[in-house]
Amino acid sequence: MIWLNQIVQGILLGGYYALLACGLSFMFGVMRIINLAHGSLAVLAAFLVLTVATQWGLSPFVALLIVIPLMAILGVLLQRGIIERSLRYGELTPLLSTFGLAIVIDNLLFKGYGADTRSLGANIGDLAYASWSIGNLAVGQLSLLTFVLAVALLGGLQLFLQRSRLGRAIRATAQDADTAELVGIDSRAVYAAAAAIALVTVAIAGAFLGLRGTFDPYTGSTQLIFAFEAVVIGGTGSLWGTLLGGIVLGVGQNLGAQVAPQGFLIGGHLVFLTVLAIRLYLSARERGPSRAPRRSAA
Amino acid sequence: MSLLAVEHADARHGLLHAVRDVSFAVEEGEIFALVGANGAGKTTLLRAIAGAHRLSHGRIVFDGHDLGTERAHRRVRRGITLVPEGRRLFNDLTVEENLSVAGAGARPGYWNRTTVLEAFPMLASHLKQRSGSLSGGQQQAAAIARALMTNPRLLLIDEISLGLSPIAVTQLYESLHTVIAAGATIILVEQDLTRTLRVAKRFVCMLEGRIVLGGDAADVTREQVTAAYFGLRESVPGERER
Repeated sequence: MIWLNQIVQGILLGGYYALLACGLSFMFGVMRIINLAHGSLAVLAAFLVLTVATQWGLSPFVALLIVIPLMAILGVLLQRGIIERSLRYGELTPLLSTFGLAIVIDNLLFKGYGADTRSLGANIGDLAYASWSIGNLAVGQLSLLTFVLAVALLGGLQLFLQRSRLGRAIRATAQDADTAELVGIDSRAVYAAAAAIALVTVAIAGAFLGLRGTFDPYTGSTQLIFAFEAVVIGGTGSLWGTLLGGIVLGVGQNLGAQVAPQGFLIGGHLVFLTVLAIRLYLSARERGPSRAPRRSAA
Repeated sequence: MSLLAVEHADARHGLLHAVRDVSFAVEEGEIFALVGANGAGKTTLLRAIAGAHRLSHGRIVFDGHDLGTERAHRRVRRGITLVPEGRRLFNDLTVEENLSVAGAGARPGYWNRTTVLEAFPMLASHLKQRSGSLSGGQQQAAAIARALMTNPRLLLIDEISLGLSPIAVTQLYESLHTVIAAGATIILVEQDLTRTLRVAKRFVCMLEGRIVLGGDAADVTREQVTAAYFGLRESVPGERER
């Protein structure tokens, strides 16, 4: 029974990881860049929600609605000011520039808010700890809300990419920006819109980071690692894969914690490394013995 | 006034001087051919007209406007659309999505999903298919159809028959005649001389970045063009298009 409970809690935790990884996955799928400032941006969003909520005495959910457009604007600035510029110097440069941005954000947060550990949990009353009992299982209301939101967000984003005009333009630009321009798509505007969308999901993830637990100015790097692991486990560039990746990571962590008290993080990392090793093995086998470098046409 | 005027155009790829002092003009409703061997600078010139490659010198005037450094998607709004070499479809998108992505925010005009499918009937049964899974001929058809969705006033087609079977090429040219009948202005880049000179009214032949021969397609013999094509002899100065 305890194992079943750990799996159920792991799945719910995975919902949070999927929420967190959504923006990272989206940016990687569309812009082909790994945004190393992802975790720090989520923490920034959490601090913004905290500030708005406490300054005006608002519910964190209302505060989030105010923070979302701010983060969207930040996304456009991030794209235009940092990503677009650094991409001119090769596809690895954004790794460096976003890594630098992460350091800047962390330390600005430290300067502005100090080293105290914060949480938004106190602002939402008993939703922070209330749960429903299903048989012998206790399902946290906030955990379930997070999970449902993650599914809705990833599903909605997938639907948006498939069905909407902007979504199609984003997919076309992601595949071939040069040709997209030739059929009348403003690729710079599309990239800016995609960055804005990515940071909207980061804002939501940041708020839930604060709602479900604690954060401080240097929480970003751990969050980045979890998001990164979820994306890699689920397969890069696939939004549904990211949801699955988050769930696998969450279950792995919880089972690790059940095996040994210190096993939470180790369990997650082990799952990540195992999946990574299998993927590398499979792709090496697919390439055959020639070992010739080859880029898939995806 | 010409629809398009290219004036003393120079374009480079790094150290390679791909297009050298090229000038020509295309009138509305005309089918204009750009012929020449591999590496003569045809593709670079087309990409420069479409806004995907920057000129290092000279200018391109479309409908009275100097296009300057205007980006490609803005030129599409003005009515210049390029069918790029090698088709360059969005492979993971369906054929239908390839069409609609180009049709979004297009100029008003004759071409829409229905008229495009009338001109390229071979696409009708493949609309829901990923465009990457089409045959070469179907991909080329889809690429031209996609370009038409923007309702171009000037359609640039690069290497329409490259790598395709003779049957596929014949089919494509049949469709192209439908497009021409609808009143398109086209610059056609081809390596297949005979077919090109039959379709086009006027042409220029490029060699190593320069125009070495040009004029009415009806006035030249195949031998004359072949000689210019391979640079077998200096072209007579009077034949050089200004």
